[in-house]
Amino acid sequence: MKLIQKLFDGIKPNFQKGAKWEKFHTLYEGHRTIVFAPDLVTKSKGAQIKDATDLKRVMITVVIAMIPALLFGSYNIGHQHFIATGEGSTFLDKAIFGALSVLPILLVSYAVGLATEFTFCVIRNHPISEGYLVTGMLIALVMPPYIPLWQVALATVFAVVIGKEVFGGTGMNILNVAMTARAFLYFAYPAQISGDLVWTSSELWSSLADKPAVDGFSGATALAVAYNSSIDGTPVVEALSKHNAAFNADYSFMSMFMGWIPGSIGETSTLMALIGAVILVATGVASWKIIVGGFGGAYAMGLVMNAFAGNGMDVNQFMAMPAHYHLVMGGLAFGVVFMATDPVSAAQTELGKWIYGILIGVFTVIIRVTNPAYPEGIMLAVLFMNVVAPLIDHYVVKANKKRRLQRATV
Amino acid sequence: MSKIVKLKKGFDLKLAGKAPLELLQVASASTFALKPSDFPGIQRPKVLVNEGDTVKAGTPLLLDKAMDQVLYASPVSGEVVEIKRGEKRKLLEIKILADKKITHEKGTPIDLSQNRESIVAQLAASGTWPHIIQRPYGIVANPMNVPKAIFISAFDTHPLAAEVNFLLQGEERYFQAGIDALAKLTAGKVHLNVDGSKAVSELFSSVRHVQLNQFSGPHPAGNVGVQIHHLDPINKGEIAWTVSPYGVVQIGKYVLEGIYDASKMVALTGSELKQRGYVKTYTGAQVTPFVKENTQATHARVISGNVLTGESVGAEGYLGFYHNQVTVIPEGDYEEFLGWLKPSASKLSFHKAIGMFSFLNRGEFKVDTNTHGEERPFVVSGVFEKVLPMDILPTYLFKAIITEDFDEMEELGLYEVIEEDVALCEFVDPSKNELQQLVRQGIELLMYS
Repeated sequence: MKLIQKLFDGIKPNFQKGAKWEKFHTLYEGHRTIVFAPDLVTKSKGAQIKDATDLKRVMITVVIAMIPALLFGSYNIGHQHFIATGEGSTFLDKAIFGALSVLPILLVSYAVGLATEFTFCVIRNHPISEGYLVTGMLIALVMPPYIPLWQVALATVFAVVIGKEVFGGTGMNILNVAMTARAFLYFAYPAQISGDLVWTSSELWSSLADKPAVDGFSGATALAVAYNSSIDGTPVVEALSKHNAAFNADYSFMSMFMGWIPGSIGETSTLMALIGAVILVATGVASWKIIVGGFGGAYAMGLVMNAFAGNGMDVNQFMAMPAHYHLVMGGLAFGVVFMATDPVSAAQTELGKWIYGILIGVFTVIIRVTNPAYPEGIMLAVLFMNVVAPLIDHYVVKANKKRRLQRATV
Repeated sequence: MSKIVKLKKGFDLKLAGKAPLELLQVASASTFALKPSDFPGIQRPKVLVNEGDTVKAGTPLLLDKAMDQVLYASPVSGEVVEIKRGEKRKLLEIKILADKKITHEKGTPIDLSQNRESIVAQLAASGTWPHIIQRPYGIVANPMNVPKAIFISAFDTHPLAAEVNFLLQGEERYFQAGIDALAKLTAGKVHLNVDGSKAVSELFSSVRHVQLNQFSGPHPAGNVGVQIHHLDPINKGEIAWTVSPYGVVQIGKYVLEGIYDASKMVALTGSELKQRGYVKTYTGAQVTPFVKENTQATHARVISGNVLTGESVGAEGYLGFYHNQVTVIPEGDYEEFLGWLKPSASKLSFHKAIGMFSFLNRGEFKVDTNTHGEERPFVVSGVFEKVLPMDILPTYLFKAIITEDFDEMEELGLYEVIEEDVALCEFVDPSKNELQQLVRQGIELLMYS
């Protein structure tokens, strides 16, 4: 420890006022405070002691909560790949294949994101904040496994600069940064982030010298299958099992809950998202109100859709899909647990968190079922509610002011 | 119509170093100081004595030209040895070297059957008046105002706080006299708020002319601001006064005997003191005799008051006017390898984030002055709300102050809080913002513009 301390002390003069790297002192301090919790003490007036928890610990808690989703997602990529190619494979094969697909994306996301962040810290002369610890992981987890790395880099730069830094950095952003990255790719390069081919195809990532998919293989996600069923008129559950039979896939409710389906890296497993939710709620880092509201809202909206479906008012078969399927398909669970609960872009009043969470669930299902263009709704629902959150809070705050005012006149 | 209020929100800091209820025999302090900085809201302090003057206990030392009826008196008799000024001749301290035997200015006891004006005038000049604090703003009360009610919190839930019943031993007669005087000053009631989690002590249960209310719950249940919020909240344009139990006794002594007797008991607390307990001294005492030979660590911080709202004064410093506690804790100016990541059950935290197991630790915590992290913008939401048992949205109030939005500050309840009410918010904030200072800035914006 002393050695590292000495090392830091040794280069410290270069970053002091007037020295040649003065501009970069924020980077020096940022790195030193990662290795060593700083030796700062409280001011002479005010609280003389402070809580042992800081933002770094809060952020690392979120990262740890995402690790089950990351590990499972990584393994599942291998699993899906070998289903597609029809090859026999061992546990190790799948794990290695998955890791080789995910690690580059994770590395690019962190490297590019942190570089962007550091650049802004130096230019603006503000301390390096911990927010990107979480964002970097999130961006990787919402990408399809075969996304070109330059697209990851581009989306990351866009999200960090336009999503966060232009508003003033960590704590000031309006939109969830990771969702901004995904939305950017979704609209800028739809071919690489949606459709049937991006989830298991190996065409875009051929350096592993693996085989192409078997003939006639469809890598459609469960959501896409459900969406297509609405066009040809077969009930969704039936369409899913047909798909299973045709392509050796398993789109049963249980399998989708576990996550053995194609999809973005971290989103497929509802179970892993729930494990993350347990960690986040037990540590008090995420609001359980948003999570419960999100799932509850989606389920309730699913039931509403079901109610209309039977009465000749149905637009499509998707409406008649059992409501609980919504909870395990697509990225709803991942989005509700990790994206919606971002405290900066979410509602910040306690009542507001309920409304915000419920509406995210509701909008996700509405977008999924009635939108003719995109089968997935959670991304747009979260971004939309990020924008609406301050409005919700505004009215909750207004009610508080009103209570105070009424008290005075009584 | 006494009220019973049970509060749930808040957080009790279980620190090591509580003072046992016994009187220590320590050499008495020889110098005493009056510090204008103890009185927020004092605007134009004017010193009434010169260096070298001899004064008695109760001799006026200072007045505020903006409110010149109120006199700030010397706590002891002796010689004015130094009038310390800082930058731009800002008055910092008036130091008195105390006589061996304290003599008092002889005033006349106050006849409470007089009209209000003359009682107010006598109290304002007595030296005891600064114990009367005005809400909103938490400043010394203006004698020209008539408060809607007066509130006394008879217990202190701050960390390691002095036991009020012990401080007031044998002062029952004066306490009642003080209450009688205060009852004359308000158009409304005098509220005496006691700890509802214990049996009410004889001292408080027998007091007449008050409404006795019971509050229970974790800190800040003992904060008078929280109590006011639940009894009779302060709206825009209203004024309430608050007095500490010790202040009531002071007023009572003047009423009955016509002297300003600044003797007080002070609790010596904190993990770094060898000998803890209570000492008898006077307001504004130099803390040196209490801590000099009595500190374990070589590198410790000496705080006048408690660890949440106190002030670091150093081993040569002076006790604050309103403080009845000295806390000594270790300084925390060390780096800790991966301190933000290490699991620990011995570091005190309100949070349960990864690795923070203090919520499982039922013991007492030894806490130092390390901030455990750097200052950041607000990120985590919903935390302040858990430690402020008021119908106030602290995050929005703080943001209103930061943006200097006067309407918002008013509407969000800045009239109802002072520094001590948000001290816990400041403690638990993972972004390490200085919220007490922020609240004072907001109050000053409202007061002076």
